[in-house]
Amino acid sequence: MNLDFGQFIPSIPYILKGIKVTLQIVILAGILGFALGIILSFFKISTVKVLGWLADAYTSVFRGTPLVLQLMLIYYGSPQIFGYQIEPYTAAILSFAMNSAAYISEIIRAGILAVDKGQKEAAMALGVPYGKMMWDIIMPQALKNILPALMNEFITLTKESAIVTTIGVTDVMRRSYQAGADNFSFFEPLIIAGLIYYIMVMVLTILGKALERRMRRSD
Amino acid sequence: MIKVDDLHKNFGKLEVLKGITTSIKEGEVVAIIGPSGSGKSTFLRCLNLLEIPTSGQIWISDYKVTDKKTNIMKIRQNVGMVFQHFHLFPHKTVMENLTYAPIKVKGLSKQEAEKIGMDLLDRVGLSDKAKEYPTRLSGGQKQRVAIARALAMQPSVMLFDEPTSALDPEMVKEVLDVMKSLAHTGMTMAIVTHEMGFAREVADRVLFLDGGQLVEDAPPIEFFENPKSQRAQDFLQKML
Repeated sequence: MNLDFGQFIPSIPYILKGIKVTLQIVILAGILGFALGIILSFFKISTVKVLGWLADAYTSVFRGTPLVLQLMLIYYGSPQIFGYQIEPYTAAILSFAMNSAAYISEIIRAGILAVDKGQKEAAMALGVPYGKMMWDIIMPQALKNILPALMNEFITLTKESAIVTTIGVTDVMRRSYQAGADNFSFFEPLIIAGLIYYIMVMVLTILGKALERRMRRSD
Repeated sequence: MIKVDDLHKNFGKLEVLKGITTSIKEGEVVAIIGPSGSGKSTFLRCLNLLEIPTSGQIWISDYKVTDKKTNIMKIRQNVGMVFQHFHLFPHKTVMENLTYAPIKVKGLSKQEAEKIGMDLLDRVGLSDKAKEYPTRLSGGQKQRVAIARALAMQPSVMLFDEPTSALDPEMVKEVLDVMKSLAHTGMTMAIVTHEMGFAREVADRVLFLDGGQLVEDAPPIEFFENPKSQRAQDFLQKML
């Protein structure tokens, strides 16, 4: 095998700058997706049937079509949807947030349903209103149980963010590809990109484990 | 204090309560007994609207519980409830379990709530457990904390739904002792229980439910010595 990483040393700072781009997209999309996921999960367990149907339809559409299609629909469709062309960066955050919200809402719904029914009754019997009960009593217990599943979702998001390369966002993936094109050799820069993604996912995993330990204090 | 008039409750086609009418005076301790499936837990849970009655009326200290305009939350703050399976909040310490509702619902300051909490933990003999998480407590200790948690809201009525049924036998007494001392303070209490000895000793009245109906309503001595109905006689025979 003929590997020559030496010729890519000048490109490495350029590729590394992509980490910031990737992280920005992942973090913003993660936060937005999580918030939207919570709202959708509350719709799904709501006694108001219409809200449940809406949330189910949403999940069905976003889970039933490819992420790369959603990304392109939002990016190339933005003049028709919003009336002007949005930035690729914005399109990436929007589509990833909306896509992961579909998955996260299912995870959270399962987590809420798994909390012992008695917890709700105990809170109700103390006169705790619904909002406070969900926020202070039910959600902390649900989140503790679904943390591993949520971490999976964020890891997937981090890796799948590489498809923003298709609409021209200069993330880690695109920069590596460009470095390859400049040198007429793709193998080495793609290995570098792979390493970067792997390290990002490892850091995320370690953070998740630390968070899980913290939440298991009460066990 | 509590007035119940022709209370019905259906679960789908199943009629669990078939018209219960009774009342509980202030400071009275009422034991509700009966075979399983007789509707005694459902009756208790209707009192603070954990179950919504199908028809009939309930008043608790001048509030009409069954009136749609009544603020259910306000009623529940005034009616403490203790469950068979404790239902302590596992992610909160013992003290946080006690102070959560007083702070978040009644708006007490943390210091006020903790002072009340500490007094109550003293009363149930668990002041050394304030900082523990519920998983570290025994069943009897959990139930005593649950009683203290309900009392922390300073309710005027306490409902107990089979408070000792999930406990190991050697832990039943510590919980009953706490309930006994609570009864002596003049608290109005409604207790669904299988502890006949306790009902006999502590209760002012026994309500015997069977098949969703209030079959007997008598002072404990009368009920245990001379049950009037055949159903109560059969039930008591099986208990011994």
